[in-house]
Order: sequence, then structure tokens, then C-alpha cells
Amino acid sequence: MRALLGDDAVYEAAAGEAFPEYNKTHLVSLELPDRSGDIIITTYGELDKNNYLDPRTAQVATVDHIKQTCTKLRPAMDEELPSAYIEDFRNSLDIELSKYVGEAYPKGVCAVYCTSGKDVEGPGADFGFAVVISAAKRSPQNFCNGSWRSVWTVDFSYELQYVDIKGKIQVGAHYFEEGNVQLDTNVDRKDSTIWQSAEDSAVSVTNIIRHHESEYFSSLEESYLNLSDATFKDLRRKLPVTRTLFPWHNTLAFSLTRDLAKELALGK
Amino acid sequence: MDAAMDLMRRMPPGSAETALNALLSLLPDNSLDLLSQVDLPLQVCSSSSVQTQAVLLGPSGGSVPIRIIDAAPTHLDCSFDWVLRPVTFLVVSCCVAFIKKCPFLALFPFALRVCMDKESMKEYILCEYNRDADSYRSPWSNKYEPPLEDGTVPLEAMRNLEIEANEVFSIYRDQYYEGGISSVYIWEDEDNGFIACFFIKKDGQGKRGYMQIGSWDAIHVIQVGPEEEGAAHYCLNSTVMLSLTTDNKQSGTFNLSGSIRRQMSMTLAVADGHLVNMGKMIEEMEGKLRNSLDQVYFGKTREMVCTLRPPPEVLNMRLPDS
Repeated sequence: MRALLGDDAVYEAAAGEAFPEYNKTHLVSLELPDRSGDIIITTYGELDKNNYLDPRTAQVATVDHIKQTCTKLRPAMDEELPSAYIEDFRNSLDIELSKYVGEAYPKGVCAVYCTSGKDVEGPGADFGFAVVISAAKRSPQNFCNGSWRSVWTVDFSYELQYVDIKGKIQVGAHYFEEGNVQLDTNVDRKDSTIWQSAEDSAVSVTNIIRHHESEYFSSLEESYLNLSDATFKDLRRKLPVTRTLFPWHNTLAFSLTRDLAKELALGK
Repeated sequence: MDAAMDLMRRMPPGSAETALNALLSLLPDNSLDLLSQVDLPLQVCSSSSVQTQAVLLGPSGGSVPIRIIDAAPTHLDCSFDWVLRPVTFLVVSCCVAFIKKCPFLALFPFALRVCMDKESMKEYILCEYNRDADSYRSPWSNKYEPPLEDGTVPLEAMRNLEIEANEVFSIYRDQYYEGGISSVYIWEDEDNGFIACFFIKKDGQGKRGYMQIGSWDAIHVIQVGPEEEGAAHYCLNSTVMLSLTTDNKQSGTFNLSGSIRRQMSMTLAVADGHLVNMGKMIEEMEGKLRNSLDQVYFGKTREMVCTLRPPPEVLNMRLPDS
């Protein structure tokens, strides 16, 4: 693109707007420069346009959106991190979640961000987290790309002593050899569990997420089968009812076939 | 330009609109070339005013607004409203003079719209090939709707072939599609050749009580060369746009859409007539496309999902990590 335009300024301006948006929407993950893991580009971890928090390693990475690399890394400041009480819940959830993601998604990464109540010091107040799971496969040489993205909000309500869980799962696949085909699916899910200790809550929440995501995966399989069996086959037959190719040569046969077809239709 | 064209070809249908908008804004003089690479269903809205709104409809509901400021005969001058998240539907609108000067604009695959021919009570498909000003010519009556005094019509020889083609193709469509709408438009090409366009539009719904929608839009453009020594050269360019959707509370939205293109060229004896040759080519092509669609839509994309998240059986086969 850059070579094509021959005007760096224009390219920079356009890319400057498009790339961050793209990266956040697709939950792009970048390797941290110190190899301590991956950081996900998401609004939940966004401190400003080019700086993102990795809650697991408590570091802030400066990101080049266009090159999709981390250019700088620094430890997070205290005010950027949750309190010890909240971190206990966050970390426990992160540990359970990482186990699940490691098992279920070969190319998956995940993170848990505190979205509200990060300064809560002890029991008595509400707080919330965002769980982000991202798995992507990029295979442009095989003309295909795909991504699984799920975002779950986990809100702890002290008064009701319960945890409200809401999720959105999005799966996409794109195949572009001799054509352009896209799978685009998404679903919203809701669930809840009771307020427990940090470790027990983590296990409950992760189990809920695991349950919904594997259920969704099964429903995707079912959708494929249904669409293939019912809808696609209804659109165009493999061969006419006569089980032979269309008789282009025989004009007389045409009108006969047509009348026959009409009769058959009436008889249905 | 090649890089941009290649980029556009590879865009997923959902984000093609955004990318196209970006590219168009950066390369307004090359807008037509860029548009020609896009497999978006475009709806052409009739308008004879110079300043018109342009819209690109994405198969999954995305869209991007473009404002055509000056549809001069030689180039399209586009400004645009930058929209990063496509929200509204848009329609591409062009002046007639502009269309006539830029034939490849008419070659874009577009969401096929239909109109009813009130004389014969048959529907026909609207496209650039049967359009003149704001009217569309019915292949059944050869008349324009809304009526047009001096609307372009094919020469008699072409019109005769067109009539036969529509009749026969309609039966072909019945046999394979058991419904749907088809139209054929034929017009003379340079060097005593001609161009024939075969369209099929089929919408369907699943039978199992799911909210399922499917649509199949096929466009076959055949360029036929002049007859030489009893044979002619046929060059077929086919596109099938397929869209399959289910939408329900339980499993959310599931949308598979896009298009597949193929090309086929043959030199055939004209002894049995052009229609037989063209018909057979199209039939063969549709068969191949249908198989490809099955493999790609259901095979490849499903394979990708299973790569991202292997099914439980696969996971269980793995050796446990220590």
C-alpha cells in the first residue's frame, strides 16, 4: 500500500486511524519484548492510544499499531494496578482461565482486566472484571485466516452476594482463494454464580465460561450441518429430477419437460 | 495499482467496505479499477442527477458511504464520509452517460434486484446490461419499465437469440433450482461477436423451523467471438454469490457469505447453435461452482474453526501434559 501510494504522509494518516481500530477489534496479541508472555490489544487494557497494560506481568507496553510490535516496556505504576484485595480475585481468575485456555485453544491467549472497583480495599463494595480470550490463525499463503474472540464481563455484587457474568463470543473465518468467503458468527450469553472466595470464584466463573464456550462450539457444528443439509441443498440441486444433464439439444423435450415439471409440482 | 487490486480481492466481505473506502479516498482517480476488484453486491440506484450518493452493500450488512461529486464521462470523482464501523446501507448511483463510458463498472457482481413485467406477469432481473437512464428493459416484452421512448434495444438477430435463450434458460433454471428467477441479456460486441449475460436469483429458507435464509445469485457473462470456419470462441466468466444465515437466541447469529469466481474458455463448433454451447458451459460451470462452494463454505471455514478450537475428541487424543 505504501509503495502504491508513493506518499508516506497520506499513508501514515490513514493507517494511523485504521490500524489501532483493527487491532482492538480483533484482539490482536503481541509478544512482549522480554518474552514474558503476550499482551492483548484491547480497550480494557488501553491506557492511551499507544500504551497498553498487561495485568498478568503488571507491565505497560508501548505499541506500534502498524507494525504490530511492542516498542517499549515498563513496569506498571501503582495507580495503574488494582489493590491487593482485588488483585487476589483477578489473579486467581487469571490462573484458572489460563489453564482452560491452554487446554481448549492451541493458539489462544487470555487476560483478565479490572474494569471497576480497582481500588476497593476489602469486602463491602462491588467490583468487576473483563475476561478476554483471543485465538487467531493467520495463513495467508493458504488463503485463509480465522479468529475466535470472547469477551466476558464478570461483575461482583456485594449486596446481592452474587456474580453476574455476561459474554460475547465471536468466531470468524475468511477464505479467499478464487473468491471471497467469510464466516461471521456471534452470540451473547448470560449466567451467574454466588460470591465465594477468590479461588473458588475463579473456578466457578471459569467453569461457566468453559461450559458456554463448548456449548457454542457444538451449536456451530450444528449450524453447519443444518445449513448444509437444509438451506444450501434447497438452493440448487446437484442434478435435475431426471438425474441427467439438461437436454440443451432437444427443444421439443424442453416444453415437454416443463409441462411435466409443472405437473409434478402440482402433484406435490 | 496491482497491490491495491490484490488487497481488495483479499478483503473479507465484512471489512471490504471499510478498506475500499480508505483506498478510494486515497486514490480517487483509480476508483473504478478498485471497484472492479470488489465482490460486493452493489445496487445501482437510478438517478440522472450529477451529484449522487453512492453506496456499497456488503453481504453481511456492512456498508460504506461514498459521495460521487462529479460523474464526468472520463472519471469518477469520489469524496467520502469516513466510517470506520460500517452501519448503514448505501447504494451506488451513477449517471447513464457515465455507465456507458465505463463498461467495466457494469461488470461488478451486484445483489440482483428484480422487477415485474406487467405485460407477461413474469419477473426479470435488473442490471446494467438492460438499463437505460432510469428504466430497465424486460427480456420478455423487450420494453422498458418505466416506459422509455428511445430506449436501447438489441438488434433483431440478437433479440431473437435473446428470446430463445430466456425461454430455454428458464426451463434449465426450473430443473435445477425448482424456483427462482432468471434473465438473459444479449447484445452485439465488436467484430461480429456478441456478449450474453445469464442471471439466476434464488432465495430459500430452511425447512427445519430454524430461522434460516439462503440466497444464491449467479452471474454468467459469456463473450462470444465471431464465427470462423464453423467454430467460435466462448469465454465464460462466472460468479456465484452465496449467503447463508441463521439467527436465533439460542445460537446467536451465524452468517456464511461471499462469492466464488471461475473462468472457462472453449472453442466449439457452432453446428448446434450458440445456445447449446453456452448452455452446456454454464451447466458445467455451475456444477463445479456448487461443489467448490460446498467445499469452501462448509469445508474450509469449518476446518478453520476446528483449528482454532479443536473438538473434544481431538483434545482427548493428545498426550497429557506433565
